[in-house]
Amino acid sequence: MEPFHFHTRIIQVELLGITASSVRELLAGIKRVPAASIYHHTHHYLEQHRYFSPEHPNDFSYWITTSLGIKSLGEEIASVDLVQFKDIESLRQRFVEILDSYLQRIKKPRMCLKGEEFRFLSSRIFILPTPFKANNLEEFLECLRKITIHSIYFHTFEARLRLKKEDNDFSYWLRDNGWQALADKLSCLDPYTYTLEGLRNKIIDLVKEEIKNNGQT
Amino acid sequence: MAKLEEYRSIVGGEIIDELYLLAQKLKGISIQNINSTSFGGGVAEILGRIVPLLQELGVDVWWDVIKGDENFFAITKRIHNSLHGANIILSRREKDYFLSVNRQNGARLSRWGDIVFIHDPQPVALIEEKARLKNKWIWRCHIDFSAPQPDTWLFLRRFIIRYDSSVFSAPAFARRLKIPQILISPSIDPLSEKNCPLEDSYIDSVLCRYGIDKKRPLITQVSRFDYLKDPLGVIKAYRLVKKYTDCQLVLAGGAAGDDPEGEKILAAVQEEARQDRDIFVLNLPPDSHREINALQRASTLILQKSLREGFGLTVTEALWKKKPVIASCVGGIPLQIAHKYSGILTYTIEGTAYWIKQLLHEPAYAQRLGRNGYAHIKNNFLITRHIQDYLLLFLSLSNTNDTVYL
Repeated sequence: MEPFHFHTRIIQVELLGITASSVRELLAGIKRVPAASIYHHTHHYLEQHRYFSPEHPNDFSYWITTSLGIKSLGEEIASVDLVQFKDIESLRQRFVEILDSYLQRIKKPRMCLKGEEFRFLSSRIFILPTPFKANNLEEFLECLRKITIHSIYFHTFEARLRLKKEDNDFSYWLRDNGWQALADKLSCLDPYTYTLEGLRNKIIDLVKEEIKNNGQT
Repeated sequence: MAKLEEYRSIVGGEIIDELYLLAQKLKGISIQNINSTSFGGGVAEILGRIVPLLQELGVDVWWDVIKGDENFFAITKRIHNSLHGANIILSRREKDYFLSVNRQNGARLSRWGDIVFIHDPQPVALIEEKARLKNKWIWRCHIDFSAPQPDTWLFLRRFIIRYDSSVFSAPAFARRLKIPQILISPSIDPLSEKNCPLEDSYIDSVLCRYGIDKKRPLITQVSRFDYLKDPLGVIKAYRLVKKYTDCQLVLAGGAAGDDPEGEKILAAVQEEARQDRDIFVLNLPPDSHREINALQRASTLILQKSLREGFGLTVTEALWKKKPVIASCVGGIPLQIAHKYSGILTYTIEGTAYWIKQLLHEPAYAQRLGRNGYAHIKNNFLITRHIQDYLLLFLSLSNTNDTVYL
């Protein structure tokens, strides 16, 4: 059995110098920025405000709601179900459809106040190995308790969408090593509805349950 | 000065381990920081902490300061103010003098790093040395760059575009540039004299020294005496509050070595405060870190009513001390304060006065703001995160991929 080697990652945020003052300009920006920018604006809340709230608004919805004051459109953008998307391009396309549809309905577009423009950012990731390796479920459980939430984040969110693996790293490893049911349970989790500590606890509970039910690790 | 190991108990051991791992990847690469003052102001303060910690990680890094006369620093102050939006046009003579002092410094410096890390506009023109040295250059902008005077921006831009990378403190400062623009927020050091825990007896002794009554509400703004920090606006807000609620006001600060304008502002503030025994204008020497720490800890509320702001490290310091903060929505302050969650953001003198009254009357709510603010600072704005960002910045110069396996 190949051990599971836990990694972590650090991000570097880049300023793109592209701004938007209206929904039309936001749409234009969303169409032209790199995929890493779409990923950043829909995911950085998860880590930065990790202790605040399990509700993770994305930057687009937050700006539309607070700076343009268009609550219905903000809610529509906030409710895009990120877990349904297997790649960033289709996520980008979904935002484009919603904003396009809004612009077709609205005659007088609103502008934000000066200084409250949406500013597009992007991010690069630097992936680092951690000292934690698991050869069986009990070790896996122990590591889950010790690793940082950044490592949890990397193996669940980043692996699936940014690195285009379509599933989280934990499920791949568990499936490859015969824990099919546990792997499926992890794949079915909607990680966006937890804080990262909450997600860690949920995964730990599922692994503990598997160990308790099947004993053999 | 605190050693790296002492931060483990504050930020977690894994963060420190990651720093060592990143630092190892920089083996054999030398890094030279250059700025314009070795004391006073946030830049010198943070360099004074970060450089020794990077050295402790094994990074070959040092810090040089450019030399200039009074005329040079008067010009750089005008550049600073015009970048903050003041309507100042530099004359041809001023630009030439600025360039000549930079060239003198270029000729004077005998040792250059593989990476030259320039801080703020004063030494920006040293980039002329790049063609000869063929090394990597980064320009770090610590100031509010959201609405620079166009002529000054064009003058600086011709130097900035020759750098390999640039660094800004807030998204609002980004410009249209072809070189990468990296976002790195500044930070505070939780173990420095300005932020470390203090004995109550010391805090009391500081209050006693200045005649401040510890039993009555105390509102404090800490910042150098600069019109951009709006100390006169703070006094106006205090007076609006004072009509209804008893309180005291402390304006504590000093002048940085590269700021010839500070004395004029200080005199104006002293004149304005002269008739009121509950206003304490404290012009402190640049090394008064423990006193500032004590004043912040003794305060009921902290204000930062800046008209423009780089990042607003005094806000970071206050939030780290779990203090309720009322601050202007400028520069990097909105990155630190989510309005009504981790502090209060205001836009006017009247709005500031309104929220001072609210928070003085609702101490439980004020405390909650302070606690939330503390959690946010701990997670995002401590010096260890800053060091990590700098290590990544240096590593990113040799690797431009979107995903980097280290």
